Amino acid sequence: MTTETLLPANRDSIQAASKANGEPEWLINLRMRALELAGQLELPKLEKTRIDRWQMDAYGVNKAGQPVTELEELPETVKELLPQSDIGHLIVQRNSAAIYATISEELSKQGVIYTDMATAVRDHSELLQQHFMSVVKPEEHRVTALHAAVCQGGVFVYVPKNVRVELPLQALYITDDAAASFSPHILIVAEQGSDVTYVDNVVSTGLRSELVHNAVVEIVAKPSATVRFATVHRLDKGVTDLSTRRAIVEQDARVEWILGEMNDGNCMSDTTSILKGNGSSSDHKVICVGTGDQKLNITTRAVHFGRQSTSDMITRAVMRDESTAIVNGITKIEKGATGAHGEQTERVLMLSPKARGDANPMLLIDEDEVTAGHAASVGQVNKDQLYYMMSRGISEDQATRLIIYGFLAPVVSEIPVESLENKLSEWVERKLGQ
Amino acid sequence: MSNVQFTIQGLKAQVEGKEILKGVDIEIKGGEIHAIMGPNGTGKSTLASAVMGHPVYEVTDGSITLNGEDVLEMEVDERARAGLFLAMQYPSEIAGVTNADFLRSAINARRSEGDEISLIKFIRQMEGSMNKLSIDPQFMHRYLNEGFSGGEKKRNEILQMAMLDPKICILDEIDSGLDIDALKIVADGVNEMRSEERGFLIITHYQRLLNYISPDFVHVMMQGRIVRSGGPELAQRLENDGYEWLKEELGIEDETVGQETEEFQMPMNTTAPKY
Ligand SMILES: Nc1ncnc2c1ncn2[C@@H]1O[C@H](COP(=O)(O)OP(=O)(O)O)[C@@H](O)[C@H]1O
Ligand SMILES: [Mg+2]
Repeated sequence: MTTETLLPANRDSIQAASKANGEPEWLINLRMRALELAGQLELPKLEKTRIDRWQMDAYGVNKAGQPVTELEELPETVKELLPQSDIGHLIVQRNSAAIYATISEELSKQGVIYTDMATAVRDHSELLQQHFMSVVKPEEHRVTALHAAVCQGGVFVYVPKNVRVELPLQALYITDDAAASFSPHILIVAEQGSDVTYVDNVVSTGLRSELVHNAVVEIVAKPSATVRFATVHRLDKGVTDLSTRRAIVEQDARVEWILGEMNDGNCMSDTTSILKGNGSSSDHKVICVGTGDQKLNITTRAVHFGRQSTSDMITRAVMRDESTAIVNGITKIEKGATGAHGEQTERVLMLSPKARGDANPMLLIDEDEVTAGHAASVGQVNKDQLYYMMSRGISEDQATRLIIYGFLAPVVSEIPVESLENKLSEWVERKLGQ
Repeated sequence: MSNVQFTIQGLKAQVEGKEILKGVDIEIKGGEIHAIMGPNGTGKSTLASAVMGHPVYEVTDGSITLNGEDVLEMEVDERARAGLFLAMQYPSEIAGVTNADFLRSAINARRSEGDEISLIKFIRQMEGSMNKLSIDPQFMHRYLNEGFSGGEKKRNEILQMAMLDPKICILDEIDSGLDIDALKIVADGVNEMRSEERGFLIITHYQRLLNYISPDFVHVMMQGRIVRSGGPELAQRLENDGYEWLKEELGIEDETVGQETEEFQMPMNTTAPKY
């Protein structure tokens, strides 16, 4: 096919990587089909964002990392990013593959699976086959299709029925070689009545050329399960971050998302909760800080099918320099979802006259017996608040900082792991202090 | 002799092109309590805001000095660090910034880098002050004024004043929205801060507060000017008799300022109805 030659991947390289990892037949087939789709499908259509002008081709090739057994052996750049304390269960991926893992015995005794994706496809092939690319589908658009075709690394989480995982499962994804592919896949399956928190950190360091990070997160929350997902991204200017995250939330289950978008480059962040079951609920909290000329397209979406399902979404963006943020909040209530309730708030704080911010709240409601609310604002630092703080002796700069941190606080303070919360604060600081 | 001397001379100020203050003179020394009384809309809050440097109020004439230093030359935060404090009629609410973080920043703004107040010392000090003002210690970690009742906001202003140790305290309608118990607490807080090193300017349109904080001087403001000054007996008279007698004496009909009563004007070029 002629279109395939335009794609940033080809059958041979994908098959070679799959074989090297010992991937099962079904996965290789899925990848081949996805590659074909990628040749036919369009890029996703984003609100007011010309994604076609972004760097969309620099995928790199699959490069296995150098596994280590001791934390001390990790490269300095990686060590700096490790949680200082409360490490608990941790998987470290460098470029295309995991290089380190420390997971306590406790987990396997409980029957919990927490492993890197390359291991999962070999050891848990059947379980994986049921869910892999079932929540986010290759057929959606070129980005999801390409992801399915080329993704390497990521993690698989499986929590059996009624099991509570005490400590958060943590992961660190780091890229320091732009020639290596960096498109992890994260799959979390929480069986009925289980409870788990997953926290990760996606970082680049010392890249010498451009790179695409095309990641997918899939969460399956079975009846009455609770899944908390928190992530902080800090990818360099040269990295295009394409992150598609989606959860299926069954009866009385709950999914919470906390996202800190601290990238320096362009970013498409699309996070959806599908409230399938009656009484299901979701919560989205997102912050981003735009700097330089980066373009952000941030979407949170809750789709209500279940009766009495509830959703809450908050996005807060602080925009500096000439950055642009298109912030979309979509509450969709399907026919039959009686008693559903959805709330959303998008707020954009503009710190520079050249920055652009757009808050687009959308309520799409096909059922009468529901309640839904939205609030959106794009504004500057409130002059009266500034005056009030300054009237106590606080300088204008410091007062502005306090107001900005206050604006972001509802999300920062929710990060379930203290070391990551501190890191997020530090990165907010870095982006605001530039 | 006190070493606090605060002087306002011939102060004129406008907002959105409307002149509100039409020449105000006040002199406050350390140890003195001055009260400014006057009905609503006479320019009292404008005076307080102009002194503090709110950007909406443009000073067009006159001078303000604190111990000889030109206050009008200073930015808002510099005025505060020089020793001015304004307990506002309508304090702002700031989500995401805790009361404690805010106050600590304000205290540290007065100290040099490397000499910041230790967290433990700060917390003790704040707890002590909150206790005196009967403020629930939980309020330390609440977001600044967010969701506070009117009375809670006022007490929070006094808390800040107590902790920032200013030289000149301006209290704008600190008594409004307070029940009698809260009023006493606030008055006690103010009385405790009375010292030779500090002067007060208390703005109110009720005499009630002055039963608990006895002023040395009372000024009445109307039409953007101080129209009468006296001692505590002036406040008493206003309490008993209201403002009408004074307006009559001064020949003032409308005591407010900047609220042009729209006079009905015959539209020009009308033609009489034809029968
Ligand atoms: N921020 C403002 N914008 C417009 N007009 C104002 C503003 N502040 C005060 N004024 C006007 O100034 C006049 C005096 O108001 P103010 O100083 O608040 O009086 P007081 O405190 O004595 O009640 C009023 O006519 C009011 O409308
Ligand atoms: Mg007033």
